Amino acid sequence: MSERRLADLLAMWRIRAFEEKVRDLRLEGPIVGSVHLCIGQEAIPVGACDVLEPEDALYATYRGHGWAIARGVPVEALFAELMGRATGVNGGRGGSAYFTAADHGFHGENSIVGAGAPIACGAALAGRFDGSDRAAVTVFGDGAMNQGAVHEAMNFAAAFDLPVVFVCENNRYSELTPIADMVRAPRLADRAAAYGMPGYRIDGNDAEAVRFHMRDALEVAREGGGPTLLECMTERIVGHYIGDAENYRKPGELDRIRRREPIARLKEGLLADGVPAAEIDAVEEKARGEIEAAAAAAMAAPYADPATAREHLYA
Amino acid sequence: MPETSKPEIRKLGYGEAVNAALHRLMEELPETLVYGEDVGVPGGVFGVTRGLRKSFGARVFDTPISEAAILGSAVGAAMMGRRPIVEIMWADFSLVALDQIVNQAANVRYVSAGRLTAPLTIRTQQGNAPGACAQHSQCLEALFLHVPGLRVCMPSTPQDAYDLLVTAVHCDDPVLVIENRTLYFGARQEVTVGGPVPPMGGVRVRHPGSDVTVVTWGAMTWRAVEAAELLAGEGIGVEVVETPWLNPFDTEAVVAAAGRTRRLAVVHEANVTGGFGAEVVARVAQAGVPLLAPPIRIGAPDVRMPAAPVLAQALLPDADRIAGEVRTLVRG
Repeated sequence: MSERRLADLLAMWRIRAFEEKVRDLRLEGPIVGSVHLCIGQEAIPVGACDVLEPEDALYATYRGHGWAIARGVPVEALFAELMGRATGVNGGRGGSAYFTAADHGFHGENSIVGAGAPIACGAALAGRFDGSDRAAVTVFGDGAMNQGAVHEAMNFAAAFDLPVVFVCENNRYSELTPIADMVRAPRLADRAAAYGMPGYRIDGNDAEAVRFHMRDALEVAREGGGPTLLECMTERIVGHYIGDAENYRKPGELDRIRRREPIARLKEGLLADGVPAAEIDAVEEKARGEIEAAAAAAMAAPYADPATAREHLYA
Repeated sequence: MPETSKPEIRKLGYGEAVNAALHRLMEELPETLVYGEDVGVPGGVFGVTRGLRKSFGARVFDTPISEAAILGSAVGAAMMGRRPIVEIMWADFSLVALDQIVNQAANVRYVSAGRLTAPLTIRTQQGNAPGACAQHSQCLEALFLHVPGLRVCMPSTPQDAYDLLVTAVHCDDPVLVIENRTLYFGARQEVTVGGPVPPMGGVRVRHPGSDVTVVTWGAMTWRAVEAAELLAGEGIGVEVVETPWLNPFDTEAVVAAAGRTRRLAVVHEANVTGGFGAEVVARVAQAGVPLLAPPIRIGAPDVRMPAAPVLAQALLPDADRIAGEVRTLVRG
């Protein structure tokens, strides 16, 4: 049991160490532009991706670095993408908000809120005709629950019993605005009933809870039972973007968030179960070592060639 | 392009030609899907998809009235190796889900550095017909022509309705095929079906003439031809060059035509400002064609489209107006 939790811890540390390194590189200069970090939300991708099959299609949002990493996309290629290198996972054409690695079952981030939901329906639809057992997973935030495309996708998937899992990462803020101020009914999972699909609000800071519900939802999907909505409750410890003044936070809010964030919680649990502190700390060191090496290797790669900027527009 | 059947000649109307192309494509490309609002069991509001559901079963289906879901799922299915052919019942409705066309479909190949593609075909129809309202009359091709990553065509004959759709669906990029509902039930013509089709691009010379070149597309083609016939009686030779493919656009052929007659008029049903006519004029100008008179654009004025036929007719270019403006261009 503690073995799996140690594996979760390592997977979460990989994401957090990556995001922290990204923040440093963004502030120091090698990374430019808009970057949205998922620090505090790592348990959701770690739990969910653990039970995905290679042929499953995953569609994330611009806060999707953690999902790419959990899907096994090499972090060096992600760093390279962020730094505009030729070795970037999209060859420098995607950037932070459009990581795409289909060969890892990662069909891309998206910087349009909610846009991935209908696209995931299409991946699921394709599976009905290509003989695969593919399920599609679309990830979005609480804010996307107020986007028309997401409503259309939920109904579309439900009407046709498509094998789609809708994963809502509810971090309580739609960008800079509390979701509670933008909806009348705060339990977003309850909306699933309106589309005739099951919906669950779960602890998104617990990788094991996410894994359990995801496995169930995938099983239902693959058996022809149609889509499921999982509302994963979580909190980001950082701003919406790097540079967000976070003046919407209440006093003491971040301290409370830090006490229940997934890595702190898991470490606490492991300690309580008698796992030696040194063993727990070694996990963080291992992750940070991997991330540092990947960042350095990415930085050493050549920039994307300007002569190729017009390539790949048409067949 | 695989050839699954021998060419044969059939008498088909424009809508029937689209239907024949869809039947062929469903047969020769097992990865195709046809779906959209009312296209399955009802066979489409214009009857264009009639019979497909019966022949191809689950690969043809009706959807909710959800353009974002239709287009978005087509993008997703296309990324996964399907070749969806989706219908947006009226071009005006594409505006509801422009995100999926512009931000999503058009970006797939480029931002993935060619590792993913989105070979979907969007069939729609546009333009004014008597009594159509402001939200069912717009000509939106210029909007889509401003979007790199999309292919756009507008067939005006049964043969092109067939050929362009076959080419579009075989294309590995997103293609928008804009049909015209005033043409759906036009006269049957001989259409070669089943054989190879011309490659993407090119022009069609619809009327010969050496005094002035009229570049046009869509249903306007036939009003321009009518105008050319009127002017022929007055001794003015009008060459009507139709460009059924707007992206890729055959600039070379258009520049050559304008260079031969040294006069240029562009006719489209869309309103003039920001219309693709401006782009055509700019390309000819930039190519240095020594025109004898300033080029002109003929289109709807920059107004909303009224429902009353008598009001709409006052705005849309017709043969008389085209003939009048072209006559002035030639005679001064």
